Amino acid sequence: MSNRRDFMGMALGSFAALGALGALYAAKRTWDPLPSVKSAGFTTIDLSPAKENELVTEKWRGKPIFILKQPADAPKSDREIHVAGGRYLVVVGLCTHLGCIPAYLADKKQFKCACHGGEFNSVGVNTFGPPPRPLDIPPFKISGTSLILGETGPEYEKMLAAGLTLKV
Amino acid sequence: MKEFKILAVVVILSLITYWGVEPFAHSQMHKHVVGNEFNYDGKADIADATKEKLASKKAFWGEVNQIAKLPGNAAAGEALFATCMGCHNGAGINMGGVVPPNLDHAGNLYDKKYLIALIKDPAMASNVDHKYASTMMHPMGAVQAMVTAPQQIADVVAYVKTKKVGKLTPKVAYEEACGRCHSNRYGGLTQLGETPKFKTEKEALAHQMKVLDEQDLVKKYMGKLPPDLSIMIRARSEQYMETFIENPQTQLPGTSMPRVGLSKEGYEAVKAYLEETGDPSKDARHAIGPWVILFFVIFTVLAYFWKKHHWKDLH
Amino acid sequence: MAHFDEKAKPFSHKWLNERMAVDTVKKVLSTEYWIPKDINFLWAMGMILAATFGILIISGIFLLMYYQPDVKTAFDSVNYTIMSEVGYGWLWRHIHGVAASVVFLVIYIHMFTGIYYGSYKRGREMIWLSGMLLFVLFSAEAFSGYMLPWGQMSYWAGMVITNLFEGFSPTIAGGVANFPGFVEWLRGDYVPGQAFLTRFFMLHVFLLPLAIIAVIVLHFATLRLPHVNNQKGKEIDFEEAAKQYKHGNKKESKVIPFNPVFLSKDVFVMGVYFILFFYLVFFHFEFAMDPVNFDPADGLKTPAHIYPEWYFLWSYEILRPFNKDLGLIAFGFAQVAFFLLPFLDKSPVVAPANKRGLFKVWFWVMIVDMIVLTVMGKLPPEGIWTIIGLVAALVFITLFAVLPFITKKEKKA
Repeated sequence: MSNRRDFMGMALGSFAALGALGALYAAKRTWDPLPSVKSAGFTTIDLSPAKENELVTEKWRGKPIFILKQPADAPKSDREIHVAGGRYLVVVGLCTHLGCIPAYLADKKQFKCACHGGEFNSVGVNTFGPPPRPLDIPPFKISGTSLILGETGPEYEKMLAAGLTLKV
Repeated sequence: MKEFKILAVVVILSLITYWGVEPFAHSQMHKHVVGNEFNYDGKADIADATKEKLASKKAFWGEVNQIAKLPGNAAAGEALFATCMGCHNGAGINMGGVVPPNLDHAGNLYDKKYLIALIKDPAMASNVDHKYASTMMHPMGAVQAMVTAPQQIADVVAYVKTKKVGKLTPKVAYEEACGRCHSNRYGGLTQLGETPKFKTEKEALAHQMKVLDEQDLVKKYMGKLPPDLSIMIRARSEQYMETFIENPQTQLPGTSMPRVGLSKEGYEAVKAYLEETGDPSKDARHAIGPWVILFFVIFTVLAYFWKKHHWKDLH
Repeated sequence: MAHFDEKAKPFSHKWLNERMAVDTVKKVLSTEYWIPKDINFLWAMGMILAATFGILIISGIFLLMYYQPDVKTAFDSVNYTIMSEVGYGWLWRHIHGVAASVVFLVIYIHMFTGIYYGSYKRGREMIWLSGMLLFVLFSAEAFSGYMLPWGQMSYWAGMVITNLFEGFSPTIAGGVANFPGFVEWLRGDYVPGQAFLTRFFMLHVFLLPLAIIAVIVLHFATLRLPHVNNQKGKEIDFEEAAKQYKHGNKKESKVIPFNPVFLSKDVFVMGVYFILFFYLVFFHFEFAMDPVNFDPADGLKTPAHIYPEWYFLWSYEILRPFNKDLGLIAFGFAQVAFFLLPFLDKSPVVAPANKRGLFKVWFWVMIVDMIVLTVMGKLPPEGIWTIIGLVAALVFITLFAVLPFITKKEKKA
């Protein structure tokens, strides 16, 4: 008799636990980022209209993204992304010192941060002032003449492994 | 008594921790800047100058100090000031990135030597010469071609110093000295001053557009939109505010904020306004605080006797 | 079936007694709840904590009337509406902010009192564990509350702390302890944003206070059987001593009733505490209301120095001197170390640390180390501070590692 009661209790308990599990799943889903937030986390940027030495600013996950097509005669760098024959710098446009947004001086081919005078060259490497490291490169995947920011492609992983950027 | 010993240990350990995380840590985190009591004689500029600029800064402030010794003729200055009225007319129209200041209370607000320096070379005087290849590119650069002779400068400054009111109100001081670049939303101020009441949404939006346009111009001029100052008084220490306003470069090297040359009186008035919008409960705190503390002192005395009453038979 | 007197007036003493046994409840919970007589003012910290928690709830209710959990309006609802428009709004906010900071000072005093007098072992393990659980819940409550004004420190502390939940680097153990999507799940966004603010608001004003109240009840319940410890760690026959007390031998009896005798001392200590507390509220609140948080949150601009509130500094400093993965291990260790105290202390002796040989040294080194860690946690990680911080973190870990050996020796002696 007592065995049977235990069995019924266990059965009831497990069944209730099953229900709790279902509720837990619903709760987990409620905490998930909203679809609108998620879809805003992947931004496709067409690089083909970019002109040489002219800065284009896009937005990705609440941060400014700088796109700069390198002139044909510019020195080569591992920080560039090669798409359809062009060489592009794609970086998060926040000074690595205190996160101000640097301006691009096309004549001097450098980024200059107005806040504390930090300077970066045309491939985003810090050359002067307080910034501790080059401008960060966002995760990207090449797709035709476009970049999908937020997705991780082999080119990005190589850069990450080579220590050319921090993960953002 | 044993309990007092224990209390002493607890208090000392707490105070050491407090000292470590507050006064000591902050003294290590922020560089110590010594102010110059709102005297503008170029001492700090010369001390901080780069090698290339050292000679020109020394020469510049040397001349400023010389001109300061000339007796200025306010009447002659008033005549000369006509050339200044082209911009400093209180019309509130942006010129070269910023609305030229209304000088109605300049006598109270600004320091004499600073005004001399400003007319001689606006970029040098406001210590933002690193931003300009030549002073002529400064929004007020043209003054260099208008008022040139030392005596002329002394006269104009003598006249400007007569533009005074009996008692400068904090709000006016703020609007003239800071308000053209910095909004103060808790004080209801934008870069275009107080926002009027509008009857229709359309008019309100049209005004908002005007404010945004003005902000864009200021942004272009300063590199970024200068921060709103509503509660800046609580976000920065008093010492920081004082030294920063006197010479922004000392606290934020490379900043595009110009030195505005406030006199001690001008600074006190501006500070009073920042306290009005940012820390309005100060007076109430000081008025109520002692009474609340007195309440708990009496409470504690009563509690002591209550405790004594219950513990008297126990030992 | 109980007996009910039909003639008893509704809500009269008798009427209530027949329905709710009020006399028994009063005896059990207060007039015949026995506390040792041999105690000092440190025994009042529990009641002070309860009172401070009450103050936090009351001030919180009034803040809640005007606070707006919206990233666009949160900052101004606190700093403008509450601070300058609402009548006495500033008072509630100052009280809430100062109490949230001071409550941790009292928690630490309460905790180290327990460690000093050995009040965590020999039947008192559950008191200790439920107390540590309260510490964790209070920490979560403090952190979630710190997000709400949506200032620069709110935003960046939220960013830095939630980043910890990414786990270890993907290169460690094939990435089993790396949870790349977990941080975004926690935040409900890639960066702290609206979803983040609203969920921390929910935690702060509802779920965590509810859990805290439940665990406070548990904490009180765990005290019941083992009883409160005393200054010498003596085992007291509470039944015998209570009998003595009730027969009027108050001088000989080793116990006192909670109400009114113990309470009268508590209230006196509380009075002294409130003098200090309100002095801080009116004249010295900066330590609890960091100036940096009076700048509105800006995801595009990092403050020059990011540091947590003072009460988290010691564990933050244990994280900081190491590289990411080691730091995470050290940090995890710091969070659970104090929980393990009753099981790491192998000595059966319940006595003040000063009478326990090597444990005396252990205790005072621990106090000094905690203070050093706290101070280093706030200083910028540069030069000599990094080295001192590293040494202090290693000392902290070592102290827990050697505790079983020190206390085992004590047993033999």
